[in-house]
Amino acid sequence: MSVAGGIPGSQERLGFEVSRIRGDFPALHQEVYGKPLIYLDNAATTQKPQPVIDAMVRFYTCDCANIHRGVHLLSERATRNYEDSRTRVKRFINAADESEIVFVRGATEGINLVAQSYVRPLLERGDEILISALEHHSNIVPWQILCEEKGARLRVVPMNMRGELLLEEYESLLRPRTRLVSVAHVSNALGTVVPVERMIGMAHRRNIPVLVDGAQAVPHMKADVARLGCDFYVFSGHKVYGPTGVGVLYGKKHLLEAMPPYQGGGDMISSVTFEKTVYNRLPYKFEAGTPNIAGGIALGAAIDYLEAIGLDRIAEYEQDLLRYATEAFSNLPGVRLIGTAAEKAGVLSFVVEGVHPHDVGTILDQEGIAIRTGHHCAQPVMDYFNVPATARASLAFYNTREEIDALAAGIRKVAEVFS
Amino acid sequence: MPDLRELYQQVILDHHKKPRNRRRPGDANKHAEGFNPLCGDKVSVFLRIENGVIRDIAFEGSGCAISTASASMMTESLKGKTEAEAEGFFERFHDLVTGKTPAGSDVSGLGKLAVFAGVREYPVRVKCATLAWHTMRAAMEEREETVATE
Repeated sequence: MSVAGGIPGSQERLGFEVSRIRGDFPALHQEVYGKPLIYLDNAATTQKPQPVIDAMVRFYTCDCANIHRGVHLLSERATRNYEDSRTRVKRFINAADESEIVFVRGATEGINLVAQSYVRPLLERGDEILISALEHHSNIVPWQILCEEKGARLRVVPMNMRGELLLEEYESLLRPRTRLVSVAHVSNALGTVVPVERMIGMAHRRNIPVLVDGAQAVPHMKADVARLGCDFYVFSGHKVYGPTGVGVLYGKKHLLEAMPPYQGGGDMISSVTFEKTVYNRLPYKFEAGTPNIAGGIALGAAIDYLEAIGLDRIAEYEQDLLRYATEAFSNLPGVRLIGTAAEKAGVLSFVVEGVHPHDVGTILDQEGIAIRTGHHCAQPVMDYFNVPATARASLAFYNTREEIDALAAGIRKVAEVFS
Repeated sequence: MPDLRELYQQVILDHHKKPRNRRRPGDANKHAEGFNPLCGDKVSVFLRIENGVIRDIAFEGSGCAISTASASMMTESLKGKTEAEAEGFFERFHDLVTGKTPAGSDVSGLGKLAVFAGVREYPVRVKCATLAWHTMRAAMEEREETVATE
């Protein structure tokens, strides 16, 4: 039951002031087609809280300068703010040292960096790279490119019809020639929370390093690289309430030390002559060229914002909302959820019987409800479930039960239009 | 504000539920594949062209209501037409759904296809409406590669 104009009781019980939180996100307070915006496409990108927007504006209005090279005050301020962000990221994911935090453009670039600088030099014909059946294209294609070039094989851990990886199969795929395991922490298309901690343990017993794609996990749960023990971890700033165009690659220091640079250019060197270049120390060795300075600084503001609320409280609230939404979906005739893993983060991928997801998306859009439709850059997942596409509602901690009610009403309207 | 009923007109919903000419003719002499990466829809268009006239046209594949109805109604409109006439239909249909046809202009030449005028209010859906048409044109031109709308 929803309470008109108010916040349902259970949300208050959780001690989570969603109405106050919504006030921090200016983009949420607009109408589309004359109806209040209901933004449920958070797995694609999240809206930005005012402190993140302010950090971007402050950089460009006050502190705009290049970093790591100016003697002047603005450059000093920009450098300090950018490096402060790195420290926040380090703390946020519990890395041991700032040198393990490489700023990249996003999770995709992080994976490509590991593919090119870590795996490529050691990959030989007949070697194997192990990914899973629920990966985003960004954790498939970089490995395919590499395997094709080197004559290596890409192996895939299968899943069941709930969207859970089969760990026994996984274990049997960890072989002497496996050079890397690269797996999503949370599936973008299904919402499955992958038991990466166990999987890392199993791989490490065979001395196989593991990369975790945390793009969909970091917004929803505490990602602790020390506890996970992963060798590499990547995520994107824009999915965690920060700006687009900035992301993070975490790598264990001894691995990053041994890796050749990804790109050459300024900032990644300590000295250059035409005979020889000495590379800069970590993490700068991997940060060629002027980076996304404003983005990096604003990512730090996003992390501050999340930590002020608390990742535990965010996870608790979102799990409650996910349960509520899953229940609401079970009462919708002709609607099937794709991805029903026992452990899920806030993703509801679904199909409506007899209606293509694209039509579902258009009709919901007219109701002011923004969802994603399509293959979610995970075509192999769609093939597995034998659907061309799904509609996907993905949750953030600023979403409410009233919005879920509106979504359910919107889906009923879809059925009406197509009846 | 666009009206949903303008987009999902009864005739479109009818062709979506009961697509015409959704089959694979054994005697087709031209054929092409289309793909819309936005939604993952795939369509195959088959033509039997004799002396420059489309004697048979059919399609396979399933997609959203707009793309399925568009493919279905395209086959009905083009059967018996010459290749040059089909090209003319393509141009006029394309103009209609992309909003290049001025509002209120005479679209009677398009026959039933005029119901797709509502698509112009939904820019992201234009590709759904034109996928089968692009694929038909590729088949006429005997282009081998899969046609993508993006």
